[in-house]
Amino acid sequence: MKITFKTVYLVIFLLAGTFQVNTAEKIDLLKTDWSFKGLTGKFDRGSLQRGYQVYTEVCASCHSMKYVSYRNLAESGGPEFTEEQAKAIAASFEITDGPNSDGEMFIRPAKLSDKFVMPYENIKAAQAANGGAYPPDMSVLAKARSGGVDYIYSLLLGYEDAPTGVILDDGVYYNKYMYGNNIKMAEPLSDGLVEYSDGTIASKEQMAKDVTTFLMWAAEPHLESRHKMGFKAILYLIILTILVYFSMKKIWSRIESEV
Amino acid sequence: MSDHEYVPKSKFGKWFNDRLPLLSLASHLTDYPTPKNLNYWWTFGGILTFCLITQIVTGLTLAMHYIAHADLAFESVEHIMRDVNYGWLIRYIHSNGASMFFLAVYIHIFRSLFYGSYKSPREIIWIIGIIIYLLMMAAAFMGYVLPWGQMSFWGATVITNLFSAIPLVGVGIVEWLWGGYSVDNPTLTRFFTLHYLIPFLILGLVVLHIWALHVPGNNNPIGIDVKKPSKDTVPFHPYIVIKDAFALLMFMIIFAFFVFYSPNILGHADNYIEANPMVTPAHIVPEWYLLPFYAILRSVPDKLMGVIAMLSAILILAALPWLDTSKIRSAVFRPLYRQFYWILVVDVLILGYVGAMPAEGLYLLIARVATAYYFIHFLIILPVLGFKEKTIPLPLSITEPVLGGSPMASAIKKKESLN
Repeated sequence: MKITFKTVYLVIFLLAGTFQVNTAEKIDLLKTDWSFKGLTGKFDRGSLQRGYQVYTEVCASCHSMKYVSYRNLAESGGPEFTEEQAKAIAASFEITDGPNSDGEMFIRPAKLSDKFVMPYENIKAAQAANGGAYPPDMSVLAKARSGGVDYIYSLLLGYEDAPTGVILDDGVYYNKYMYGNNIKMAEPLSDGLVEYSDGTIASKEQMAKDVTTFLMWAAEPHLESRHKMGFKAILYLIILTILVYFSMKKIWSRIESEV
Repeated sequence: MSDHEYVPKSKFGKWFNDRLPLLSLASHLTDYPTPKNLNYWWTFGGILTFCLITQIVTGLTLAMHYIAHADLAFESVEHIMRDVNYGWLIRYIHSNGASMFFLAVYIHIFRSLFYGSYKSPREIIWIIGIIIYLLMMAAAFMGYVLPWGQMSFWGATVITNLFSAIPLVGVGIVEWLWGGYSVDNPTLTRFFTLHYLIPFLILGLVVLHIWALHVPGNNNPIGIDVKKPSKDTVPFHPYIVIKDAFALLMFMIIFAFFVFYSPNILGHADNYIEANPMVTPAHIVPEWYLLPFYAILRSVPDKLMGVIAMLSAILILAALPWLDTSKIRSAVFRPLYRQFYWILVVDVLILGYVGAMPAEGLYLLIARVATAYYFIHFLIILPVLGFKEKTIPLPLSITEPVLGGSPMASAIKKKESLN
């Protein structure tokens, strides 16, 4: 019986292994400590708030985040801005609404219930403004790249001068971690680019870490409750399994046979 | 199966049971005599039933919020993940549930292969099982298309295009499947319809599968016929029920780890990118449970022959009861078959591995050798082995090895624990 379950684990391990080989990057990604990894992993609230600042001041001029709403910013498990702060953030964006009773479209400040306002009207407009490359929507970006947060963190810090012999077209940059090494996004981060209100020094690494944390939350807003529930669910299952195991032993002891 | 006819105690019970013998059925199911030496590999039938019910219940809930439209499907999945109460939980159970379902079904199938459960008189159970497995693959494939991510779209394109290999009518069939000239909205809506239908077909077949099982009764690790009921059997309830429950809980712990702590590890990152017919992903890979067959498909240079090889790889299993000529069921008493069995297991794992790799160079060579071996195992080794193999003498009953009453007992036990 011991061997039985050892084998099951082995099979799972092999499956997981197959998949990892399948998606493994050729270059080792940069590693950093993510507070949201592990069985009880949580987001670092300060990092999420700083990450939002980096997103909104740096990324949002090109990258949309169309599945996230302003109200999410004040929800538990997220950056947890106060409702007033979230309202103020929303109100700083303008949104086209309508038609009103006169049949006219009108512009109003965004509300908590609105989705993040997109920097471009549509994909074509985004491409036209960015040399033909569409800056991907960031709502689920952290889950949409193999390597996940490590990949995004590495990419943000992976800009280098092109090695000799590599000739880059206009508007194309060299990035160690990008697939094919050519990227149409100019290096977005530089030391001191934003000014953090909590006094954290805005180094390139710090900003990369903060904004990546924010992207992970945007992609997986219920991560904290998932971890919390998972911990309880598995603990419950383990206790129940132990109880059922002894019940089974007791029942099978009625007959001359082993279970 | 029980000797005595069940008679309900209450008057109403008797009245009802005479008209619809549901109580007799319940009595049959609880008393059902089961060999008492079943090991934990036999618990996967119950686990699979749990998987099917879980998929149906979570699937129904998802269908209440999902929108089967090419422009809205991806967004509606994000709506489920973000705004529906516990939507993330339901979706992650459903998506990982598919993987757990296949994990369990592969263990169930390989258990059958090891202990010869497909042999007379259980051929019909086996064939129904193969049909269920085929339907599972169809349901899983179409389910993977529904989120309308990049892998959904391109996976659907690659798999449906396989039908174009059929001479003369191939292209017509593909366009008929698509409902147009490419994978698009009509394809999505029909896949959603079929994805909703198939689980209920599977449920019906599961009933037949269990019905057919209850005619001869369970096979067992010794593989000999047992008298029912006898000292060799225990009533299904409570003995097997509690054991199945224990194994199911162990399974659920593993399941929960995937759902709560790595819900996306078995999926592909590209499926979080919305489908885009203008951009082809670098590698189009099916879900892990289809990889061995994908490897077989790609190992044949000709498209039509590749499709035929892939289908044959599954359908050959239906002929297994007649390809395996040995009279002995359990591999415990077949020393040579046991070795070939493990080689087959490794062969299938290798096929799965190369199925995930690009079909070129060494990978392609390995895929070809492994594909050839897969067919050699079923078409040559098994039929010949039945005649050539010197098997170990069978014990007379289950009680004999269990009670340790014979010199055989310790040897058998040792072998079993090795398996």
